[in-house]
Amino acid sequence: MKVLVTVKRVIDPYVKVRVKSDGTGVETANVKMTMNPFCEIAVEQAVRMKEAGTVTEIVAVSIGVAQCQETLRTAMAMGADRGILVETAEEIQPLAVAKLVKAIVDKEQPKLVIMGKQAIDDDSNQAGQMLAALLGWPQAAFTSKIEVRGDAADVTREIDGGLEKLSVKLPAVVTTDLRLNEPRYVTLPNIMKAKKKPLETLKPDALGVDIAPRLKTLKVQEPPKRGAGVKVADVAELVAKLKNEAKVI
Amino acid sequence: MSVLVIAEHDGKQLKTGVANAITAAGRMGGDITVLVAGHQCREAAEASAKVAGVMKVLHSDAPHYEGQPAENLGALVKGIADQYTHIVAPATNFGKNVMPRIAGLLDVQQISDISSVESPDTFVRPIYAGNVLATVQSADKIKVVTVRATGFDAAGDGGSAPVEKLPPGPDLGLVQFNGQELSKSERPELAAARIVVSGGRGMGSAENFKILEALADKLGAAVGASRAAVDSGFVPNDYQVGQTGKIVAPELYIAVGISGAIQHLAGMKDSKVIVAINKDPEAPIFSVANYWLVEDLFKAVPELTAKL
Repeated sequence: MKVLVTVKRVIDPYVKVRVKSDGTGVETANVKMTMNPFCEIAVEQAVRMKEAGTVTEIVAVSIGVAQCQETLRTAMAMGADRGILVETAEEIQPLAVAKLVKAIVDKEQPKLVIMGKQAIDDDSNQAGQMLAALLGWPQAAFTSKIEVRGDAADVTREIDGGLEKLSVKLPAVVTTDLRLNEPRYVTLPNIMKAKKKPLETLKPDALGVDIAPRLKTLKVQEPPKRGAGVKVADVAELVAKLKNEAKVI
Repeated sequence: MSVLVIAEHDGKQLKTGVANAITAAGRMGGDITVLVAGHQCREAAEASAKVAGVMKVLHSDAPHYEGQPAENLGALVKGIADQYTHIVAPATNFGKNVMPRIAGLLDVQQISDISSVESPDTFVRPIYAGNVLATVQSADKIKVVTVRATGFDAAGDGGSAPVEKLPPGPDLGLVQFNGQELSKSERPELAAARIVVSGGRGMGSAENFKILEALADKLGAAVGASRAAVDSGFVPNDYQVGQTGKIVAPELYIAVGISGAIQHLAGMKDSKVIVAINKDPEAPIFSVANYWLVEDLFKAVPELTAKL
């Protein structure tokens, strides 16, 4: 079974993000970038399924600037077999991501697409579900467990009140939640091997997709800061402050 | 303007967040219609009709809406979407699951997790774990929007809208619903509670969460957790507060043994009053706390419970 995974290059989640002084966007120059944590989980899941014999080939896809090749090489170092970069410097919003991935899915015909549930930069949590809609496939979003059983997959999803169990027909789109797995560290030998794996670069035009953004960002700004707080000496003082000053109890 | 609010419900009542989405819908202008789709959910439809500001309720009932699956709901909404300028749902797990599918079917770019409505086509939404607010304007004919409940008050009672039957849409037959395992608790719901007591890695074990539960019971509070506590198996996943978990903004948030990673702050930094208890004097959580106590939580929390 062929699996397609998507990997997004994002600002490292532990970096303190700064807004540009003109308010047009977030500062990304010279900022540490990394693979989106949920995409790491997606790659890891595909690799485990390959190690278990369920999956025969893993194709990793990324969309963005040329440096996304590094993100694809990381995916290949984790165990993906080949990479496809849709290279563009334009802003790609989730609807365009879904359309571009659909075009690749139409060509590659995987039985399963695994995507991260959200990118920790934009926090949209849309692309996987949109892709499923465009393909007319079932979706299993925020998955914490997946077992393939022939032409279907049994999944457990994390929902607001706990867990939900579904069986989805394949082909399907799955998006990963935190507890699906813990991604492996890439080893140096695997990083070296990954350099030799095939990486194809395409342009959005070649896929016949209109990637023009539908949302215009008018401005970005930092949220209002909370006022400074105070340290309390002991529990007695905390209770007094909560009762008399904050008046919340 | 004409807004369709997609209701999340349990068959009898609306779930937390829908009333807030209805308030947000009101800011977008025009009439508000609420869609209650499910299986044997007439009661939920009637409950929706009583929410202030609702003009009409559409009730669509069929076995293939059991569990409110995205595939079948998407097909249903696609069939009626062209009557509306906006389609809105709370940014709960349900809204996040269903709405992007609707947006994909309608070929529009969804606007996720808005914290305010500036105009019918312009919204503010948090990005980068809430460290940045982006003001975005949509050029799409139909705006598909999910609403961050903490950004809007819940609409009250007082409505008396008519409930209309909407014939069910197709069963796409793509998914089989095999049930849910839900946390059972007498405590208030985490996303709606006035007070939240939350535990992190510092709690050390599932057993130790009993200390927090005792405090929560004294305060009538909900219990939440950081990702670390969930990953370690101390509490189930639905306790997680944070960038990729629940977003809460209670009157009082007490963070116990939580260091305060960016990703956790994203889920609670809009709380009115934040208290942090941690034995690490350098814990980043102190930077957002109104009051903080540097003390061993195993001493401080039982003492706090006793003094209340």
